[in-house]
Amino acid sequence: MSAASPETMSIFSPQLAARFDALVEKYPLKRSALVPMLLYAQDEIGYLSDAVISEIAERIGITELDVRNVATYYSMLRFKPAGKYNVQVCTNISCMLRGAYDLYEKFQEELGIGPKGVTADGVFSLEEVECIGACCWAPAIQVNYDFHDELTPDSVHGILAQYRSKATTGEQKNA
Amino acid sequence: MPRLVSHPDEVKIVTKRFGQGAAAIDKYVELGGYEAAKKCLAQGPEWIINEMKASGLRGRGGAGFPTGLKWSFVPKQSEKPKYVLVNGDESEPGTCKDHLIFLHDPHSVIEGTIIAGLAIGAKTGFIYLRGEYRYLLEIMEKAVADAYAKGFLGKNIFGAGNETTGTEFNIITQSGAGAYEVGEESALMESLEGKRGVPRIKPPFPAVVGLYGGPTVINNAETIASVPHVITMGAAAYAAVGSERNGGTRLFGLSGHIERPGVYELPMGYSLRKMIYEVGGGVRGGRALKAVVPGGSSTPVLLPNEIDIGMDFDQVGKAGSMLGSGGVVVIDDQTCIVEFALRTISFYQHESCGWCIPCREGTDWLKKSLTRFHAGFGEMKDIDNIQYLAENMMGRTFCPLGDAAAMPTLGFVKKFRKEFEDHLNGKPCPFAKHVELAVV
Repeated sequence: MSAASPETMSIFSPQLAARFDALVEKYPLKRSALVPMLLYAQDEIGYLSDAVISEIAERIGITELDVRNVATYYSMLRFKPAGKYNVQVCTNISCMLRGAYDLYEKFQEELGIGPKGVTADGVFSLEEVECIGACCWAPAIQVNYDFHDELTPDSVHGILAQYRSKATTGEQKNA
Repeated sequence: MPRLVSHPDEVKIVTKRFGQGAAAIDKYVELGGYEAAKKCLAQGPEWIINEMKASGLRGRGGAGFPTGLKWSFVPKQSEKPKYVLVNGDESEPGTCKDHLIFLHDPHSVIEGTIIAGLAIGAKTGFIYLRGEYRYLLEIMEKAVADAYAKGFLGKNIFGAGNETTGTEFNIITQSGAGAYEVGEESALMESLEGKRGVPRIKPPFPAVVGLYGGPTVINNAETIASVPHVITMGAAAYAAVGSERNGGTRLFGLSGHIERPGVYELPMGYSLRKMIYEVGGGVRGGRALKAVVPGGSSTPVLLPNEIDIGMDFDQVGKAGSMLGSGGVVVIDDQTCIVEFALRTISFYQHESCGWCIPCREGTDWLKKSLTRFHAGFGEMKDIDNIQYLAENMMGRTFCPLGDAAAMPTLGFVKKFRKEFEDHLNGKPCPFAKHVELAVV
C-alpha cells in the first residue's frame, strides 16, 4: 500500500478507517458504500467537512462533486457542526396531535435556542424533524440516535439533564 | 423503548415472538424459527411461489400487490445476478410497525429474505433500514452475524448440501441517511447504489431490471416477516385468517387522539370502527371523533360515518381511501383540519425529491397556499386552487409521492370544505394554538 493511501492519511479513527476498508469491499459495486459511509463519518467527525468529503471520494474512487451531489440529498447529513447531542423533535401528524409543538417550544425555551440552533457550549443543538417512526408512542424525539417517547413538556428538563451529565462525564457520543 | 400493547381480538402471527427475546438466535430457533426456510430449501422455488400465491399475502408497504405474483415475475434465467431487497425505510407518517419487527424479531426478516431468495433464485439479499433506525440496524447486524455463525447464511445454508451442492445465500444490511422518497422501490435501489434517491422510469420493472441492473424482488419488511409464517401455517390456514383476497393479518398502528395507541396485529378485514372504539379504547379523553386517516398520511381522510368498513386493501379502496401502510391516525373534534392538512403537505413538500415538476412545484404551492390559508389570509378562490393543483399532480409523476401528497389534500378539501371556508376573511382559526407565519 502506498504512503498516500487513505489508511495512512485518514482523518478517521483507526477503527472507522478499518470499517470503511471493509465496507467498500462488501458490495457488488463500490459506491454502494457511499450513503452509510457519509453517515458513519458524520457520526465521528460531527459533520461532513471538506476533509471528510475528500477522503470518502478517494476511498470510493469518485469525484468530490459526486459525493456532494449525493450527500445533499439526505436530510440527516449536514455540512456544519451540530451540538454534541442533537435533539430532533418530530412534529409530524401523530406527534403533532399529541402535543409535539408544545414539546418543541419547551425545548427551545429550556435550551435558549431556536430551530437549528446550537447552544453556546456546543452540547446541544435542536431541530424539528419529519416522522421518525415512533407514531404509536408519540410524541417522540431522537437525541442523536436514541429514541425518547411518550413525552410531555415536563419530560424535557430531565432528558436534557441526563445528556448534560453525560457530556460532562465525557461519555461517547451515541453511547 | 416502544411500549407493546395487546388486545383479545389480536391474532398474533407476525408479532407472536414479540417481547420474548427472539432477537437472540437461540431463542428464535427454540420458538420454531428457521424451520420454514429449511422446508423451503427442501421444497424448491415453484412450491414456495405457489404457497405465497395461495396465501393471499399482499404487499404491506402500502400498494397491496400480491407477493407470490410479484415473485413469479422474476425471470428464471438471468445473465445478471438476482437480488432480494427488504424495504425497511419505514417513513410514512403514522407508521411504526417495522420498527417493532426489527426490534423484537429480526430473524423473521432474515428468514423471510432467505425464502424470497430461494423462490427467485437469488444469492444475495439486502436489508435496507432508514438511517434514523440506527439501534435497530445494530440489532439486525447482530442477527445477520449470528445467522452466519450458525451456518444459516453463507455458502451452504443450513448445511443442507456440501460445498458443491449447497445453496448459497448472503445478506447485507444497509443504512439510509434520511429520505422518505427512498421508501419508493426504485429510489431505494438508487440509494443502495450510492446515488441520490430519485425514482427510475418504469418499465422496466424491478423484477426484470432492478438493483445493479439485475432482476430484483423488493418487499416491505412486514411482508418479508410474514413469509416464514405463511410457510409454517400453510398457505390455506394463513389465507383463512384474513378476508377475501386479503390473506393473514396486518400490523395496524393506532396513533393520534386514541385512548390506547400502539401497534396491534389484527386480521385483514377487521372493522375500523371496532379498531378505534374497542381495540384502541376510543377517542382520547372521551372526545368525539372528527376524522380518521386510515393507512398513513398519504391516504385520504375518512369521516366518522365512513368507518363501518373492514380494513383490507379492497374494502378501504372501495370507501375512497387506501389501506396503505396500516397507520391509523385518529383525529378528535378539537383539531383544526386545515392545520392538519398543512402539516401533512409540509411533509411531502420537504420530502419531494424534485425530480418531477408536478410534485416539486405542486407540493410547494400547496404548502404556501395552506400556510396562508391557515393564517387567515386565504381567499375563497384558494380553496378551488388548492383542489385544482392537487388534481393536476395526480398521475403525473414517476413515483407515487406526487399522488401521496395530492390525495390526502383533496380528501381534506372535499370533506371539510366548510372548515376551510371558516378560515376565510381574516377569521382566526377556530382551533389555533400557535401563531402561523404567512410565508407568501
